[in-house]
Amino acid sequence: MTLQLHPLQTEILFHLGPVPITSEVTTTWAIMAVLVAISWLAMRHAKVKGGWLQTVVEVAVEAIADQVEAILRVDPWKYLPLLATLFIYLVFANLSGMLPGVEAPTAHIETPAALALIVFFSVQFYGLRSQGLKAYAKRYLEPNPLLLPLNLVSQVTRSFSLMMRLFGNMMSHELVLAIILFLAGLFVPVPFMLLGILIGLIQAFIFTVLATVYIGGAVGGGEAG
Amino acid sequence: MTVDMLSIIGAALAVSVGAIGPAFAEGRAIAAAMEAIARQPEASGTISRTLFVGLAMIETMAIYCLVVALLLLYANPFTQ
Repeated sequence: MTLQLHPLQTEILFHLGPVPITSEVTTTWAIMAVLVAISWLAMRHAKVKGGWLQTVVEVAVEAIADQVEAILRVDPWKYLPLLATLFIYLVFANLSGMLPGVEAPTAHIETPAALALIVFFSVQFYGLRSQGLKAYAKRYLEPNPLLLPLNLVSQVTRSFSLMMRLFGNMMSHELVLAIILFLAGLFVPVPFMLLGILIGLIQAFIFTVLATVYIGGAVGGGEAG
Repeated sequence: MTVDMLSIIGAALAVSVGAIGPAFAEGRAIAAAMEAIARQPEASGTISRTLFVGLAMIETMAIYCLVVALLLLYANPFTQ
């Protein structure tokens, strides 16, 4: 019996024309379908006194909005479509690894890279939209024009570390599970899987909080990133 | 020594040495946060949110070491 581990490789399921489709992409499609279905079912007949599903969705969205407002200190609803979608998708994606036969899409480097790119470009977009080109470009020259290269590099490296943090945590957890299962047997990995639920939730929270802090730093309202 | 053996030793060194600094740093951060919460329990929400973000920042250093070790073991550019 040998241990076959390839944490940096992806498995190609089938080809759609010239584009190879990996298992992470199909998992992401399934998560997107589930989220759209839940939102559609909850808000199809939205009433003031809604059913249980509408109440659950409203409580979740209000809680996320409160957290975002506590960080940004401005009206959160302008930024909530991006941030709340990030958080809810990440919770589902990180916890989908708990289902038998499903690999968490965030445990491979492509999905965190895509999410970090989305955050990178939306930080620039929100900064430009809220401050205008001149004021936003001036921020890169502060506190001293000599620091312009450092400011530019920090924009790139923090997005890179956002990607690496999510990927490293999720992937290393799956790797540890595989190694323990190989060494110890059937029921020993169960406590580590429980820890994995906690890790998945905390990583989703941290990714969203950091994206919020970066956006808050760009729009200039809240705690500096 | 072949390149394979050297990269295995390098991977073990990267993870073991790279875990020391973040472990000390996380311990200090958590101790400071505990003290702050004990002094001001009403500010525990803000403190724990900032603590989580800070811990994630510190932990990134250890994750970098892990990624370097995995690159050495599974995607080593010098062995293929």
